[in-house]
Amino acid sequence: MIEISHDDALYYLKQMMQIRQFEDKIMDLLSQNIAQGGSHLYAGEEAIAVGTIAAIRPDDYIVSTHRGHGHSIAKGGKLPELMAEILGKATGVCKGKGGSLHLADVSTGNLGANGIVGGGMGIGTGAGLSIKMRKTDQVMLCFFGDGALNLGIFHECLNMAAVWKLPVVYICENNLYGMSVSVKRACAVQDLTKRALAYDMPSQSVDGMDVLAVNEAASHWVEYARGGKGPSLLICNAYRYYGHSRSDPRNYRTKEEEQEWHDRDPIKAFSQRCVKENILSQPEVETLEQEVAAEIEQAVKFAIDSPWPQPEELYEDVYA
Amino acid sequence: MREITYRQALNEALAEEMERDPTVFIMGEDVAIYGGAYGVTRGLYERFGEERVRDSAISEVAIVGAGLGAAITGMRPVTEIMYVDFIPLCMGQLNNQVAKIRYMFGGKTKVPLVIRTEGGAGRSLGAHHSQSLESWFIHIPGIKVVMPSVPYDAKGLLKSSIREDNPILFIEHKILYNTKGEVPEEDYTLPIGVADVKREGEDVTVIAYSQMLLFALQAAEELGKEGISAEVIDPRTLLPLDIDTITNSVKKTNRAIIVEEDCKTGGTGAEIGMQIMENAFDYLDSPVVRVAGADVPMPKSSALEELAIPSKEGIIEAVRKLVG
Ligand SMILES: Cc1ncc(C[n+]2csc(CCOP(=O)(O)OP(=O)(O)O)c2C)c(N)n1
Ligand SMILES: [Mg+2]
Repeated sequence: MIEISHDDALYYLKQMMQIRQFEDKIMDLLSQNIAQGGSHLYAGEEAIAVGTIAAIRPDDYIVSTHRGHGHSIAKGGKLPELMAEILGKATGVCKGKGGSLHLADVSTGNLGANGIVGGGMGIGTGAGLSIKMRKTDQVMLCFFGDGALNLGIFHECLNMAAVWKLPVVYICENNLYGMSVSVKRACAVQDLTKRALAYDMPSQSVDGMDVLAVNEAASHWVEYARGGKGPSLLICNAYRYYGHSRSDPRNYRTKEEEQEWHDRDPIKAFSQRCVKENILSQPEVETLEQEVAAEIEQAVKFAIDSPWPQPEELYEDVYA
Repeated sequence: MREITYRQALNEALAEEMERDPTVFIMGEDVAIYGGAYGVTRGLYERFGEERVRDSAISEVAIVGAGLGAAITGMRPVTEIMYVDFIPLCMGQLNNQVAKIRYMFGGKTKVPLVIRTEGGAGRSLGAHHSQSLESWFIHIPGIKVVMPSVPYDAKGLLKSSIREDNPILFIEHKILYNTKGEVPEEDYTLPIGVADVKREGEDVTVIAYSQMLLFALQAAEELGKEGISAEVIDPRTLLPLDIDTITNSVKKTNRAIIVEEDCKTGGTGAEIGMQIMENAFDYLDSPVVRVAGADVPMPKSSALEELAIPSKEGIIEAVRKLVG
């Protein structure tokens, strides 16, 4: 038995579907060269963004990674503005200046994706410091990939946050690879929760394909932070479906491994479970899927029809 | 002669030097199984094995720092930093350790370290994957900065860089990897610190490197049709700069334009232009002109990105104005 209300179930499912369809669509747009540059797609990892961000309030903060579309959507970003940003249009949430790698929406408390691995970790830690100094009861969810675990900034930030008891939940999205290099080959310690031991910080590992498990764990650590007890490290284990980028030959992982994770698809698993336990009906799920598809189509149309930034925009926003 | 890509030329240089010298090894992110983010090290892991082609964790500071340690103790590391935009992460290692150790040790050590990286705009990748930071690096005595623009130079200069006993920052350009050019089959190297006259001309000297060399050559071609004869010089190495080749040309043409992709303020053009002033002021008929990148972070939108760096049209216009 799962304990979830009909409305919550619908909300989780809708967000996960939005993210999946958004990403599948971008893959299309990239192939048609309508979307330019790179986009790191979040398909397969939806349950992490949705489950964790459902555990916080609208006035709480998140900071994201180079794989940031899912976080932006879950934090309440508007699909048309996000899509327009990824296409580099003037109507984008960052006026076309940031793009996929720098999707940010300060109005929703989203302090941005980042082109630098680990680049958000200082921002997340500093937002935690600011929360503490301003004496609000907000919380920061600081996302990063397994790849960021081996950068100095990871250690510097976790140590600082632990010493100063900052209200930050560090969320490691472990999808087994940093580009082509597996955690097995990159990390000396395989039980990633142990990384927190050095900073005397609590840590937990959770199935990142299970939105409810993620939400339960995140809720615990969010309340822990909000209660003034300090930071924590939450490891969410999931899988990136697409290649790292379009040119990725995916020769570092096997088809069998990919299939195993697809078999545990977070959206399918959750919707089937909800239907089985009579929380949602099958027609409801199907209708939702169609509604989301229509929403994504609208977002794409908005983005494609939107104007490019004007030349004078080039020199604007460099300084306040 | 056969034609190969810039990527292939670099790949051959690495393979040949690894074959020639067992102390040469490669270390960086995704250089082994993946073959490098831009495919430069493809096939080397299969050929030379994991001991000599090492995938590291995402640890830029350790890659460069450990590269230095290995270099001063008998190895010849060729490290790769995936984007020049990530060099600032390991700038402390590069600037404080790599560049200065020999001097600080009174000349008692050598640093045969290559740091290969890749930069520049043109793929709509935004502010963290499109920068041209070379002017930061020419401000660091103790390293050499090499920026080849054509496959022939890329191969010859990378081979020399690997054989060199000084630290080399070798900056490739993402847009150049698929460009082709003539490269001989037989072994050759090119001297570091020597510029190359890519096109001879009489009316104006255009100095351009990396992607901008291609733009400058296209511009010179069109200008030629209007009867303006541009001499195009590729410094190939920015530090040390072969100012003699440049001033010899300026003494002939009496006019100089520098084309650079990096931000104009404090850019490479400022340094090259000043050296022209110091060495050939009496020969100049007009002030040295810079066609440079805008002083802004690189915008993602392709509509703005193309305005943020020099274009062929911009170069043509600047030359017309200078010569006309
Ligand atoms: C400092 C830095 N080094 C390297 C890169 C290139 N790069 C971009 S994403 C990536 C892999 C990151 O892996 P991980 O943190 O596990 O996130 P994932 O892509 O798996 O979501 C790499 C190496 C970068 N952007 N920044
Ligand atoms: Mg990863």
